[in-house]
Amino acid sequence: MANETAFNILDPFSSVDLGIADKTDGIKQWAISNRDLIQPIKRFFNEMIVGIDNALNTMPPLVMLLILALIAWQAAGPRVGILVATSLTFLGFLAPNAWELAMTTLAIVVSAVILCFLIGLPLGIFSGKNDRFEAVMRPILDTMQTIPAFVYLVPVVMLIGIGNVSGVIVTIIFSLPPLIRLTSLGIRGVNPSVVEAARAFGASPAQVLFKVELPLATPTILAGVNQTIMLSLSMVVIASMIAVKGLGNEVLRAMGRLDAGKAIVGGLGIVILAIVLDRITQGMGQSGRERGHRHWWQGGPIGAVLRLLSKPNQTATGDLKSET
Amino acid sequence: MTDRDPSGESAVIDCRNLWKIFGKRADEAMKAVREQGLGKLEVRDAFGCVVGVQDASFTVARGEIFCIMGLSGSGKSTLIRHINRLIEPTSGQLFIEGQDVNALSARDLRGLRAEKIGMVFQNMALMPHRTVLENVSFSQEVRSHDARARRETALRAIDAVDLNGWDQKYPDELSGGMQQRVGLARAIAADPSILLMDEPFSALDPLIRRQLQDKFMSLSANMKKTTLFITHDLDEAIRIGDRIAIMKDGQLVQVGTPEDIVTNPADDYVADFVAGISKLELISAGKIMEPIAAFEQRRGPIDLSDWPEAHPDQPLDYLVDLSIATQHPVVVKVDGKPLGIVTKNALLRGIKGETPGEDIARAAQ
Repeated sequence: MANETAFNILDPFSSVDLGIADKTDGIKQWAISNRDLIQPIKRFFNEMIVGIDNALNTMPPLVMLLILALIAWQAAGPRVGILVATSLTFLGFLAPNAWELAMTTLAIVVSAVILCFLIGLPLGIFSGKNDRFEAVMRPILDTMQTIPAFVYLVPVVMLIGIGNVSGVIVTIIFSLPPLIRLTSLGIRGVNPSVVEAARAFGASPAQVLFKVELPLATPTILAGVNQTIMLSLSMVVIASMIAVKGLGNEVLRAMGRLDAGKAIVGGLGIVILAIVLDRITQGMGQSGRERGHRHWWQGGPIGAVLRLLSKPNQTATGDLKSET
Repeated sequence: MTDRDPSGESAVIDCRNLWKIFGKRADEAMKAVREQGLGKLEVRDAFGCVVGVQDASFTVARGEIFCIMGLSGSGKSTLIRHINRLIEPTSGQLFIEGQDVNALSARDLRGLRAEKIGMVFQNMALMPHRTVLENVSFSQEVRSHDARARRETALRAIDAVDLNGWDQKYPDELSGGMQQRVGLARAIAADPSILLMDEPFSALDPLIRRQLQDKFMSLSANMKKTTLFITHDLDEAIRIGDRIAIMKDGQLVQVGTPEDIVTNPADDYVADFVAGISKLELISAGKIMEPIAAFEQRRGPIDLSDWPEAHPDQPLDYLVDLSIATQHPVVVKVDGKPLGIVTKNALLRGIKGETPGEDIARAAQ
């Protein structure tokens, strides 16, 4: 006993015990004693997630598939539209309940990404404008990205309890950093002479932000959204450990039963969902120049519909001209 | 161009003892400069600060085109950014139409920038995500003018720079020269009284530059805007400017009309610049003629009847044309009355930049 506690200058670490682990375990106690405070907030977010989940699941699968394919066509062109349609068809045929599980997972991912966007965009803009804030944010974001999920799983569950809300929070912690980093990068990457020109013509700081910086940073910010979606999907299995349903839960259960077939079904489902969401968001992230300077509503299915609607007028005027 | 009154209250831009020192210890450095008269290099070594503008004072009258000429790093772009306070001075004052720019509130400053001052940038600085029309109407958009009025004034400005039909294009679909014309249209769209031109034509190739200079001069002749024009090209400064300021190491070395600068350079630095400049358009007959009395004294009575005639204000270029056509010297006349004679020798000296009539007089004696 005396030997163990004797201080050794060459190995100071094993002989000194600061008791950090015991002290920080107090977080758990704090979380348990403050549960009541958190309940109303939890209810609000739970209703939001359940609402999205219900909306996605009450839609007949074929209609939902068509909508997603049309969104993909609009965002990224007809080829991606076809790719998305085939991928989703394949997903549906993976297992009888695969579609339903995928929609539940999608609901969790969508909720997490919406919340990430609401939190990450302002933080990203601020760290893009303020060097000191960025310096403070950096280690925090590093921590969020690299700390093992199991470390914060326990306090989050103690505070909020198991279920969708905890799952979304755990997902946000992991998938928020790239959005903040890329928003900051996008704001910093805006040509300073364009910002200077905007100021020289009398724009206020808010006008510079909304009329110049954000539009020019949009492709980079959307790349951040894309990364956030991908990371959210990679969290679904871990989130299913705290009773989040969906494809991740399938994989987890299959693992428990050593059921490789079921694990593959769940895993493939996640991969297909990832491909679909990635292609759609990448399409959105194209800059104006890459799209040939058309507005987003000028192409794709919406553009086709608009052209159809405006055609009668054009032919009418054309006829008038030919008559005169 | 119009009434030149560099001192009186009619000065539109009045810049008084402006200093700009960049760096964390700028205020200390400024104090040291005031109290101990440190130079640029001493400030750099003692405080780690860079002196951008040193004690610049000048005025620009209404309607005048005032060129600031200097090499890169001479502080001319820094100086012009003080006019609309994109840069805050370390010391000194700047008045626009009697208003102290550095005392304005943020809101008033934005109003001044949007309504009174138009600016054109060397690298165009157009907004790539906006059409030509949206770029040109930007200053009105930030003042929340309504869409139709905005469109009308913007189209008028686009028309003034001959870009009809390009209003729905994006900047990257235009050539460099056209982009800079959009920049010019953006600057004049709100009909400001002051134009700040920061090396607007430097990035263009020579032919396009010339075309745009012509376009700018014809526009400015119509609009009578007070213009501060920055350039590193003395030819351009001479072509465009009513007055020119030569800037070196953040200081205004000499301020004067193009003719002043070319014929009476203040120091060796300016003289070096001026050396390569063609004097044909700058020096007038009046400056190089020998008075008629001195000429007659030297040569005896003369018959002027078939000698070519010129006015004292006519440039050397014109005299050269006259002299090529005849053997005789040129007679300089005002209202039919002969004032002086320009011999071929005097003309050649003039082209070399040697103007003083005293030389000729001395040779005569």
